[in-house]
Amino acid sequence: MEDVIVVRDLTKRFGHFVAVDNISFNVKKGEIFGFLGANGAGKTTAMRILCGLSRPTSGEAWVGGFDIRHESEKIKKNIGYMSQKFSLYQDLKVWENIKLFAGIYGMKRNEIASKTDILLKELGFEKEKNTLVKDLPLGWKQKLAFSVAIFHNPKIVFLDEPTGGVDPITRRQFWEMIYNASQKGITVFVTTHYMDEAEYCDRISIMVDGRIEAMSSPKELKREFNAENIDEVFRLLAKKSTRKEI
Amino acid sequence: MLGYLIEKEFKQIKRDWILPKLILIFPFIALILLPYAANFDIKDTRVVVVDNDKSSYSNQILNKLRANTSININYFEDTYAKAMDLIQEDRADMIINIPSGFEKDYIVNKNSKLLIAVNTVNGMKGSISAMYAQNIISDFSLEKNSSIQVINSPSMEIQPLYAFNKTLNYKFFMVPALMVMILTLICGFLPAFNIVGEKEKGNMEQINVSPITKPVFILSKLIPYWIIGAIVISIGFLVAWLFYGITPQGSIFTVYIFSFIFTLAISGLGLVLSNYAQSYQQAVFMMFFFIMILILMSGLYTPFTSMPPWAQAIGSFSPLKYFIDVMRCVYLKGSNIVELLPQLYALLGFVAVVNTWAILSYRKKN
Repeated sequence: MEDVIVVRDLTKRFGHFVAVDNISFNVKKGEIFGFLGANGAGKTTAMRILCGLSRPTSGEAWVGGFDIRHESEKIKKNIGYMSQKFSLYQDLKVWENIKLFAGIYGMKRNEIASKTDILLKELGFEKEKNTLVKDLPLGWKQKLAFSVAIFHNPKIVFLDEPTGGVDPITRRQFWEMIYNASQKGITVFVTTHYMDEAEYCDRISIMVDGRIEAMSSPKELKREFNAENIDEVFRLLAKKSTRKEI
Repeated sequence: MLGYLIEKEFKQIKRDWILPKLILIFPFIALILLPYAANFDIKDTRVVVVDNDKSSYSNQILNKLRANTSININYFEDTYAKAMDLIQEDRADMIINIPSGFEKDYIVNKNSKLLIAVNTVNGMKGSISAMYAQNIISDFSLEKNSSIQVINSPSMEIQPLYAFNKTLNYKFFMVPALMVMILTLICGFLPAFNIVGEKEKGNMEQINVSPITKPVFILSKLIPYWIIGAIVISIGFLVAWLFYGITPQGSIFTVYIFSFIFTLAISGLGLVLSNYAQSYQQAVFMMFFFIMILILMSGLYTPFTSMPPWAQAIGSFSPLKYFIDVMRCVYLKGSNIVELLPQLYALLGFVAVVNTWAILSYRKKN
């Protein structure tokens, strides 16, 4: 399997604070890669570097075959991104948000129109087509944000705590959507705080204080740490943290 | 890509509860109210006359002064000192002192002297009313074909800006310039808050992670305000015509061309500030700072040429200065585009510099 994300010795410093400390890993095509860590462990910083939103202090990385240092605009054509903070336009309607972002990624007008109808049907959002996004419940917003992030069929989608604050049923549905995307060949790079969700990933890495302390499949990790579940593994590793929550 | 983004900007503006109303109402209110507030027309100048000559000529002069609606002769005193007391007590604004022997000098020497003293606590009002009186007296001396030397106290400067506005109607002078100010406020402030607003709401992150190019992004912010600018200035033309009967002496197309260019410059400036600001608060404060300076240094309220050279040098960095020039020239003098080429080049220069800066200062990465 080819590697769609390759990270080598990536470091990001903010003054004296080392947010990301010399991390290296690979993500394979079509994989669901869980990026775990406590608040302030450096997950979001690392993800923002890979998306071309932030420059690394040192180290190198390739996303979709493009170098993050010189080819970040090419990377941006090939990825989808769902930020921790809801970032669709609240004062636009559901279909208008879809149309806008599809247009930005260069999709044709008629393609957008037909694909929008299919998507709204799949989501069960037909009635909400003309609803302003700010009037949707949180869980629906998150589903919509994910759908918009993969609407242009990116190679990789980056999800930053996509299920934060979402009820268990919607979380379940959300993960079904992630599986569907993965089956279409989209690589999923996801950060989460929910350890039950970590079990759904093909592989996970656990970050503590900017460093990757463990990386393997959930099954392997449980065996390695002789733990019942990932939650236990996480607690064992997170104890090592000397960093205060930021 | 650009089409989608512009469509989105218009939808957002349209859905805002207050912005569309403000854009339409603001030019109306500003143009209807402000010319009265910024009115320097002098009415009811209270005059005290010290006529030490009591001749037929001095009487003729006083009659001429009485005939003028903006001058009221309220008092007669025997001495200059008593007249000065009235000024001190703020019961009069101006002393006209006709010395004894005025008529004799006038007939014999064809040259006589007369003193006008003005209270210049309010300098603008003082010098304008002195000029009124002076005009009336020189009219009189022209009729009599001899010269009267008017001694001014204090001396005044006759400003060239009245050359094409003979009636000294301040509205003709202010209304075209106020249109510039309205355009500045709407098309400068709105873009300044736009990008920073998307930063605060988190939308910027989603835009920055997309392959959208910097020039396209800046254009998508510029074009909507360009169109709004055209609407605003059209309302301005309409109000000026309907309420004041003011229409440009020159071509309306000249005014439109310049307002299109000017809007690009001032919106570009707003976008630059928006790129640097991290919060609304910062954007508001920065914009106020710049707009205040740009407006006050532009010659909107005061004649540009009467500023000291160093201030003129700073003022020449204000795009408002050039556009206000253009508006007044086209409205009052009927200048055409060829006569306004220096202003055209200056404004085009601003557009180029400011918008290049806006593109460069927009950072997709930090």
